[in-house]
Amino acid sequence: MKQLALFPVGLEHFLLLGSALLALGVYCVLTRRNAVGILVGVELILNSANVNFVAFAHYVTGSIGGHVAALFIIVLAAAEAAIALAIVLSIYQSFSTIDATHADTMRG
Amino acid sequence: MPLSDLVFYLFAAMVVVGAAGAAISQNLVYAAFLLLAALFGVAAIFAWLSADYVAITQTIVYVGGILVLFLFAVMLTNRITDARHSNPAVGKRPAALVSLGLFGVLAYVSIETPWKHFDVPAGGETTHLLGQALLSTYVLPFEVLSVLLLAALVGAVVMSRKETPKP
Repeated sequence: MKQLALFPVGLEHFLLLGSALLALGVYCVLTRRNAVGILVGVELILNSANVNFVAFAHYVTGSIGGHVAALFIIVLAAAEAAIALAIVLSIYQSFSTIDATHADTMRG
Repeated sequence: MPLSDLVFYLFAAMVVVGAAGAAISQNLVYAAFLLLAALFGVAAIFAWLSADYVAITQTIVYVGGILVLFLFAVMLTNRITDARHSNPAVGKRPAALVSLGLFGVLAYVSIETPWKHFDVPAGGETTHLLGQALLSTYVLPFEVLSVLLLAALVGAVVMSRKETPKP
Protein backbone atom coordinates (compact mmCIF):
# COMPACT_ATOMS: atom_id res chain seq x y z
CA MET A 1 0.00 0.00 0.00
CA LYS A 2 1.31 3.41 -0.94
CA GLN A 3 2.05 5.88 1.79
CA LEU A 4 0.08 9.08 1.73
CA ALA A 5 2.08 12.12 2.77
CA LEU A 6 0.33 14.66 4.98
CA PHE A 7 1.54 17.49 2.79
CA PRO A 8 1.46 18.89 0.20
CA VAL A 9 -2.29 18.50 0.06
CA GLY A 10 -3.26 16.79 -3.18
CA LEU A 11 -6.16 15.13 -4.92
CA GLU A 12 -6.04 12.10 -2.63
CA HIS A 13 -6.74 14.18 0.45
CA PHE A 14 -9.92 15.54 -1.08
CA LEU A 15 -11.00 12.08 -2.20
CA LEU A 16 -10.45 10.82 1.35
CA LEU A 17 -12.52 13.70 2.69
CA GLY A 18 -15.28 12.85 0.22
CA SER A 19 -15.13 9.17 1.21
CA ALA A 20 -15.41 10.08 4.89
CA LEU A 21 -18.43 12.29 4.17
CA LEU A 22 -20.04 9.51 2.12
CA ALA A 23 -19.44 6.89 4.84
CA LEU A 24 -20.90 9.17 7.52
CA GLY A 25 -23.90 9.93 5.32
CA VAL A 26 -24.53 6.23 4.67
CA TYR A 27 -24.26 5.52 8.40
CA CYS A 28 -26.75 8.32 9.09
CA VAL A 29 -29.23 7.07 6.47
CA LEU A 30 -28.99 3.48 7.74
CA THR A 31 -29.42 4.18 11.44
CA ARG A 32 -31.90 7.08 11.67
CA ARG A 33 -35.57 6.40 12.23
CA ASN A 34 -36.60 10.04 12.09
CA ALA A 35 -37.34 11.01 8.49
CA VAL A 36 -35.63 14.40 8.85
CA GLY A 37 -32.58 12.62 10.25
CA ILE A 38 -32.45 10.43 7.14
CA LEU A 39 -32.57 13.56 4.99
CA VAL A 40 -29.55 14.95 6.85
CA GLY A 41 -27.66 11.82 5.77
CA VAL A 42 -28.74 12.29 2.15
CA GLU A 43 -27.40 15.86 2.20
CA LEU A 44 -24.05 14.57 3.48
CA ILE A 45 -23.88 12.04 0.62
CA LEU A 46 -24.66 14.71 -2.00
CA ASN A 47 -21.97 16.96 -0.53
CA SER A 48 -19.39 14.18 -0.71
CA ALA A 49 -20.10 13.86 -4.44
CA ASN A 50 -19.68 17.61 -4.79
CA VAL A 51 -16.30 17.59 -3.07
CA ASN A 52 -15.12 14.93 -5.50
CA PHE A 53 -16.42 16.81 -8.55
CA VAL A 54 -14.71 20.06 -7.59
CA ALA A 55 -11.49 18.30 -6.57
CA PHE A 56 -11.26 16.51 -9.92
CA ALA A 57 -12.02 19.76 -11.72
CA HIS A 58 -9.17 21.46 -9.86
CA TYR A 59 -6.52 18.74 -10.02
CA VAL A 60 -7.25 16.64 -13.10
CA THR A 61 -9.35 18.27 -15.82
CA GLY A 62 -8.72 21.92 -15.09
CA SER A 63 -11.97 22.73 -16.86
CA ILE A 64 -15.21 24.23 -15.64
CA GLY A 65 -17.26 21.04 -16.10
CA GLY A 66 -16.84 19.83 -12.54
CA HIS A 67 -18.07 23.14 -11.22
CA VAL A 68 -21.15 22.92 -13.45
CA ALA A 69 -21.87 19.39 -12.16
CA ALA A 70 -21.49 20.59 -8.58
CA LEU A 71 -23.91 23.46 -9.23
CA PHE A 72 -26.46 21.07 -10.74
CA ILE A 73 -26.14 18.78 -7.72
CA ILE A 74 -26.73 21.72 -5.37
CA VAL A 75 -29.89 22.63 -7.28
CA LEU A 76 -31.07 19.00 -7.23
CA ALA A 77 -30.38 18.85 -3.49
CA ALA A 78 -32.52 21.93 -2.97
CA ALA A 79 -35.41 20.43 -4.97
CA GLU A 80 -35.03 17.12 -3.15
CA ALA A 81 -35.05 18.78 0.26
CA ALA A 82 -38.18 20.80 -0.56
CA ILE A 83 -40.09 17.75 -1.82
CA ALA A 84 -38.90 15.45 0.95
CA LEU A 85 -39.78 17.91 3.69
CA ALA A 86 -43.23 18.40 2.14
CA ILE A 87 -43.65 14.61 2.27
CA VAL A 88 -42.48 14.64 5.89
CA LEU A 89 -45.06 17.29 6.81
CA SER A 90 -47.74 15.34 4.97
CA ILE A 91 -46.78 12.14 6.83
CA TYR A 92 -46.88 14.04 10.10
CA GLN A 93 -50.41 15.20 9.35
CA SER A 94 -51.61 11.65 8.67
CA PHE A 95 -49.65 9.67 11.28
CA SER A 96 -48.72 12.42 13.81
CA THR A 97 -45.17 11.05 13.85
CA ILE A 98 -42.23 11.30 11.49
CA ASP A 99 -40.76 7.97 12.49
CA ALA A 100 -40.04 6.40 9.11
CA THR A 101 -40.86 2.89 10.42
CA HIS A 102 -44.43 3.86 11.38
CA ALA A 103 -45.60 4.92 7.93
CA ASP A 104 -46.38 1.35 6.85
CA THR A 105 -50.05 1.50 5.91
CA MET A 106 -49.38 -0.01 2.49
CA ARG A 107 -47.35 -2.92 3.84
CA GLY A 108 -49.02 -6.21 2.92
CA MET B 1 4.00 22.64 6.15
CA PRO B 2 2.70 25.64 4.22
CA LEU B 3 -0.15 27.71 5.57
CA SER B 4 -2.63 26.67 2.87
CA ASP B 5 -2.30 23.02 3.86
CA LEU B 6 -2.97 23.93 7.49
CA VAL B 7 -6.09 25.76 6.35
CA PHE B 8 -7.18 22.67 4.43
CA TYR B 9 -6.75 20.44 7.47
CA LEU B 10 -8.62 22.92 9.65
CA PHE B 11 -11.64 22.95 7.37
CA ALA B 12 -11.45 19.20 6.69
CA ALA B 13 -11.59 18.63 10.44
CA MET B 14 -14.57 20.97 10.63
CA VAL B 15 -16.34 19.02 7.88
CA VAL B 16 -15.64 15.61 9.38
CA VAL B 17 -16.51 16.61 12.95
CA GLY B 18 -19.71 18.33 11.82
CA ALA B 19 -20.75 15.40 9.64
CA ALA B 20 -19.96 12.87 12.37
CA GLY B 21 -21.97 14.89 14.88
CA ALA B 22 -24.88 15.18 12.46
CA ALA B 23 -24.76 11.44 11.84
CA ILE B 24 -24.51 10.43 15.50
CA SER B 25 -26.34 13.06 17.58
CA GLN B 26 -29.52 11.87 19.27
CA ASN B 27 -30.98 15.36 19.19
CA LEU B 28 -32.35 16.41 15.84
CA VAL B 29 -31.84 20.14 16.46
CA TYR B 30 -28.17 19.54 17.31
CA ALA B 31 -27.87 17.37 14.20
CA ALA B 32 -29.23 20.20 12.05
CA PHE B 33 -26.81 22.75 13.49
CA LEU B 34 -23.85 20.36 13.18
CA LEU B 35 -24.88 19.84 9.55
CA LEU B 36 -24.53 23.61 9.23
CA ALA B 37 -20.90 23.37 10.39
CA ALA B 38 -20.23 20.57 7.90
CA LEU B 39 -21.81 22.48 5.01
CA PHE B 40 -19.86 25.63 5.84
CA GLY B 41 -16.70 23.54 5.91
CA VAL B 42 -17.50 22.09 2.49
CA ALA B 43 -18.02 25.63 1.18
CA ALA B 44 -14.58 26.55 2.52
CA ILE B 45 -13.11 23.46 0.83
CA PHE B 46 -14.66 24.65 -2.45
CA ALA B 47 -13.05 28.05 -1.96
CA TRP B 48 -9.72 26.29 -1.27
CA LEU B 49 -10.11 24.51 -4.61
CA SER B 50 -10.58 27.94 -6.28
CA ALA B 51 -14.24 27.20 -7.02
CA ASP B 52 -15.43 30.56 -5.76
CA TYR B 53 -18.85 30.58 -7.40
CA VAL B 54 -19.68 27.06 -6.20
CA ALA B 55 -18.57 28.01 -2.68
CA ILE B 56 -20.86 31.05 -2.61
CA THR B 57 -23.75 29.01 -4.04
CA GLN B 58 -23.16 26.33 -1.44
CA THR B 59 -23.31 28.92 1.32
CA ILE B 60 -26.43 30.65 0.01
CA VAL B 61 -28.45 27.60 -1.07
CA TYR B 62 -27.50 25.16 1.67
CA VAL B 63 -26.98 27.35 4.68
CA GLY B 64 -29.56 29.95 3.74
CA GLY B 65 -32.19 27.71 2.20
CA ILE B 66 -32.02 24.01 2.90
CA LEU B 67 -30.96 24.29 6.52
CA VAL B 68 -33.72 26.77 7.33
CA LEU B 69 -36.13 24.33 5.68
CA PHE B 70 -34.78 21.55 7.91
CA LEU B 71 -35.23 23.66 11.02
CA PHE B 72 -38.78 24.52 9.98
CA ALA B 73 -39.55 20.82 9.52
CA VAL B 74 -38.07 20.03 12.93
CA MET B 75 -40.07 22.74 14.67
CA LEU B 76 -43.30 21.86 12.86
CA THR B 77 -43.14 18.15 13.56
CA ASN B 78 -41.49 17.73 16.98
CA ARG B 79 -42.93 18.66 20.28
CA ILE B 80 -40.35 20.70 22.14
CA THR B 81 -40.60 18.45 25.18
CA ASP B 82 -39.36 15.32 23.45
CA ALA B 83 -36.59 17.05 21.53
CA ARG B 84 -33.94 15.36 23.66
CA HIS B 85 -34.28 11.95 22.02
CA SER B 86 -35.85 13.18 18.83
CA ASN B 87 -33.42 11.36 16.58
CA PRO B 88 -33.27 7.70 17.69
CA ALA B 89 -30.87 5.31 16.01
CA VAL B 90 -31.34 1.61 15.28
CA GLY B 91 -28.99 -1.07 14.00
CA LYS B 92 -25.82 0.84 14.82
CA ARG B 93 -23.41 -2.07 14.56
CA PRO B 94 -24.23 -3.37 11.05
CA ALA B 95 -24.52 0.21 9.80
CA ALA B 96 -21.11 1.08 11.22
CA LEU B 97 -19.71 -2.08 9.60
CA VAL B 98 -21.17 -1.16 6.21
CA SER B 99 -20.00 2.44 6.28
CA LEU B 100 -16.52 1.54 7.57
CA GLY B 101 -16.21 -1.05 4.81
CA LEU B 102 -17.32 1.51 2.26
CA PHE B 103 -14.79 4.04 3.56
CA GLY B 104 -12.05 1.42 3.54
CA VAL B 105 -12.66 0.44 -0.08
CA LEU B 106 -12.93 4.05 -1.26
CA ALA B 107 -9.84 5.14 0.68
CA TYR B 108 -7.86 2.21 -0.73
CA VAL B 109 -8.92 3.07 -4.28
CA SER B 110 -8.26 6.77 -3.95
CA ILE B 111 -4.77 6.24 -2.49
CA GLU B 112 -3.69 3.40 -4.75
CA THR B 113 -4.88 4.77 -8.08
CA PRO B 114 -2.13 6.61 -9.98
CA TRP B 115 -4.15 9.72 -10.70
CA LYS B 116 -3.04 11.82 -13.61
CA HIS B 117 -2.06 15.22 -12.31
CA PHE B 118 -1.91 18.19 -14.57
CA ASP B 119 -0.33 21.49 -13.74
CA VAL B 120 -3.56 23.33 -13.41
CA PRO B 121 -2.97 27.05 -13.11
CA ALA B 122 -4.17 28.54 -9.86
CA GLY B 123 -7.62 29.64 -10.81
CA GLY B 124 -8.85 33.15 -11.24
CA GLU B 125 -12.50 33.94 -10.84
CA THR B 126 -14.77 31.31 -12.38
CA THR B 127 -18.06 33.18 -12.65
CA HIS B 128 -17.44 34.34 -16.21
CA LEU B 129 -16.46 30.84 -17.39
CA LEU B 130 -19.39 29.27 -15.57
CA GLY B 131 -21.87 31.65 -17.14
CA GLN B 132 -20.54 30.91 -20.60
CA ALA B 133 -20.54 27.14 -20.00
CA LEU B 134 -24.07 27.16 -18.60
CA LEU B 135 -25.47 28.97 -21.62
CA SER B 136 -23.51 27.14 -24.31
CA THR B 137 -22.33 23.59 -23.57
CA TYR B 138 -24.69 22.84 -20.71
CA VAL B 139 -27.74 24.76 -21.85
CA LEU B 140 -30.02 21.70 -22.16
CA PRO B 141 -29.43 20.33 -18.63
CA PHE B 142 -29.67 23.90 -17.36
CA GLU B 143 -33.13 24.37 -18.85
CA VAL B 144 -34.30 20.90 -17.80
CA LEU B 145 -33.12 21.68 -14.29
CA SER B 146 -35.05 24.93 -14.17
CA VAL B 147 -38.25 23.13 -15.23
CA LEU B 148 -37.55 20.46 -12.60
CA LEU B 149 -37.09 23.14 -9.96
CA LEU B 150 -40.41 24.72 -10.88
CA ALA B 151 -42.16 21.33 -10.75
CA ALA B 152 -40.56 20.59 -7.38
CA LEU B 153 -41.71 23.92 -5.95
CA VAL B 154 -45.30 23.42 -7.13
CA GLY B 155 -45.27 19.83 -5.87
CA ALA B 156 -43.94 20.86 -2.46
CA VAL B 157 -46.65 23.50 -2.09
CA VAL B 158 -49.40 21.09 -3.13
CA MET B 159 -48.19 18.32 -0.84
CA SER B 160 -47.56 20.31 2.31
CA ARG B 161 -50.83 22.26 2.15
CA LYS B 162 -53.45 21.25 4.66
CA GLU B 163 -56.56 19.65 3.21
CA THR B 164 -59.31 22.23 3.42
CA PRO B 165 -62.90 20.94 3.41
CA LYS B 166 -64.85 22.11 0.40
CA PRO B 167 -67.66 24.53 1.23
